[in-house]
Amino acid sequence: MAEELTNLLISEHHPMDSLLRQDRLPHIWCSGCGLGTVLTCFVSALQKLELDLNKVVIVSGIGCTGRAAGYLNLDGFHTTHGRAIPFATGLKLGNPELKVVVISGDGDLMAIGGNHFIHAARRNMDLTVLCVNNFNYGMTSGQVGPTTPTDARTSTSPYGNAEHPFNVPYLAAATGATYVARWTALHVRRLERSLIEAMNKRGFSLVEVISPCPTYYGRWNKMGDALEQMKQYHDHSIIRHRTDPAEADISLGGEIIVGRFVDEDKPTFCDLQREAVQ
Amino acid sequence: MNDNGILQGDFFIDGDTACAEAAICAGCRFFGGYPITPATEIAERMARRLPQVGGTYIQMEDEIASIAAVLGASWAGQRAMTATSGPGFSLMMENLGLGIITETPCVLVNVQRAGPSTGMPTLAGQGDMMQARWGSHGPYEIIALAPSSPQELFDLTIRAFNLAERYRTPVLVMTDEAVGHMTERVVIPPSEEIKHYPRRKPQVPPSDGYLPYNPDPDGVPPMACAGEGYRIHVTGLTHNEKGYPATVSVETQRKLVERLIRKIRDNRDDIVELHEDQVQGADVVVVAYGISARTAARPVRVAREMGLKVGLLKLVTVWPFAENRIQELASQVKAFVVPEINMGQIALEVERCAGGKAQTILVPHAGGGLHDPDDVLEAIMRVSRWNREPETQNSKPET
Repeated sequence: MAEELTNLLISEHHPMDSLLRQDRLPHIWCSGCGLGTVLTCFVSALQKLELDLNKVVIVSGIGCTGRAAGYLNLDGFHTTHGRAIPFATGLKLGNPELKVVVISGDGDLMAIGGNHFIHAARRNMDLTVLCVNNFNYGMTSGQVGPTTPTDARTSTSPYGNAEHPFNVPYLAAATGATYVARWTALHVRRLERSLIEAMNKRGFSLVEVISPCPTYYGRWNKMGDALEQMKQYHDHSIIRHRTDPAEADISLGGEIIVGRFVDEDKPTFCDLQREAVQ
Repeated sequence: MNDNGILQGDFFIDGDTACAEAAICAGCRFFGGYPITPATEIAERMARRLPQVGGTYIQMEDEIASIAAVLGASWAGQRAMTATSGPGFSLMMENLGLGIITETPCVLVNVQRAGPSTGMPTLAGQGDMMQARWGSHGPYEIIALAPSSPQELFDLTIRAFNLAERYRTPVLVMTDEAVGHMTERVVIPPSEEIKHYPRRKPQVPPSDGYLPYNPDPDGVPPMACAGEGYRIHVTGLTHNEKGYPATVSVETQRKLVERLIRKIRDNRDDIVELHEDQVQGADVVVVAYGISARTAARPVRVAREMGLKVGLLKLVTVWPFAENRIQELASQVKAFVVPEINMGQIALEVERCAGGKAQTILVPHAGGGLHDPDDVLEAIMRVSRWNREPETQNSKPET
């Protein structure tokens, strides 16, 4: 009896094996990085969605998060810095049957790719964008970025950041996204649910995940180890669904408003184009 | 127009329109672009025509996005194109490199205008020829074609799509404002007479160990697209045959870069197209491309009437460069005369291949117009005179 139970609990295969490229593991991400958790939530969401996985395509830009496309056992494109969204736009329009998901970081999507982000949202292009926000450029060892809170220290803001950061959900909502949510990497079930909702949404959907970077951002800002940083983000979070994303600014050490902010329906680019030419 | 929405017959149209119609004949069903003079008419034509043949036009937010979308559409299985001019061409350079390393077939048309910078948007230039060759970063080889007329822009646009599929690489059509805006007779042949090189698809099912970057013997790998079940990984990083990054393997880098270069260089005989007119036995050969080859026709004729032995070599394919032919001719002719609407780009290539065996005389033009035929004639006469009167060779004109 005991042996039978043990056999039930021990498996040769991890339940997510089929969705990961095992020949590429271990991954390059640092210990304590939030990306592992985020990827797990994404895979878990995919397993719950009833999608033909041969039609799911992941597109990434450059950076730590940009490597996600390479670990998922799906069609994956690791493109140039900032250009994941326009590449994904071409894929979607070239074959509308595809479910195209962009997974990239805050620097990639909001700085060098910021223009593409707002225009894809404006067009209501049928894409899901998962933006992993660690408040700095991790891959290049922790420089200030477009989401770094004012006063936060990084290797290129050693005296404190003198810039105002982007509020990602506000930007997405203001430019036309039809689904907008934000969670931290520790809100695993809520994040998973939002990813399912986002991928089920027709139109431009955005899920931002606040994710710890203990190696750079956390260290520069004396946030303790990985668990402490993750816990701090989680403890500072206030769940407020349907709140006006304009009120969801993030300040250094301040509260982090999370939740599902926008969930509405409007015609996508493909809908309007089809109507127009008929 | 045929039932399938494809044109056929004789038309009086400008080069840009001919280019768009050629793309449609070639099976292009995706255009991502951004308005820029003098290439805008291509986008306008595609916006009107693509929906009629079941294709998609999208006007992107800039040229960076345009070429990114074109690459994405190609991976979705489409024949895809964008068109631009100098400033936009510069913006496309980064993702041109992505197209090269990921081996993405697509066509990029550059209707060149006078630069640098915003320069003279409505007037002709040929100042992007070296940017076409070297503008993206890192070592690579590129295919670039240069039409001299709307008809040739039509023909070469179709050829560009076929070369892109044949060699799995972005192909550049380097035209210019004069050809793009020139209205002439263009013959569009029946669809069945237009050659289509189909995309090379994997011969194995997805389960059977398909390696996305394992090349056929000619160096070109078959291409599985997104959504076909192969679960491909495509990256701009240096990658192995599986498509996986190998960013610190010097050996993988060497193998990949050498293959990317050799699949084009080793097939120069197939890719390089030249039009030769009385080149054999000539003392002087005018080497020209695009609209400048057309400007050169008259001075070449006048020089012949004066009794000079002058040939005209038109580079229909500019890249890869016609090295072998120029080397061969260098030991037979006295000089090459190279008129181009820039301050010396392809002339450098001619001079390199001539290897000191023949003179290379550049006839430059800063841009904004075409050469005065007399300037080309003067250069031909000057070099012919040296050859007859060797004592005057010391007073060589400026090149």
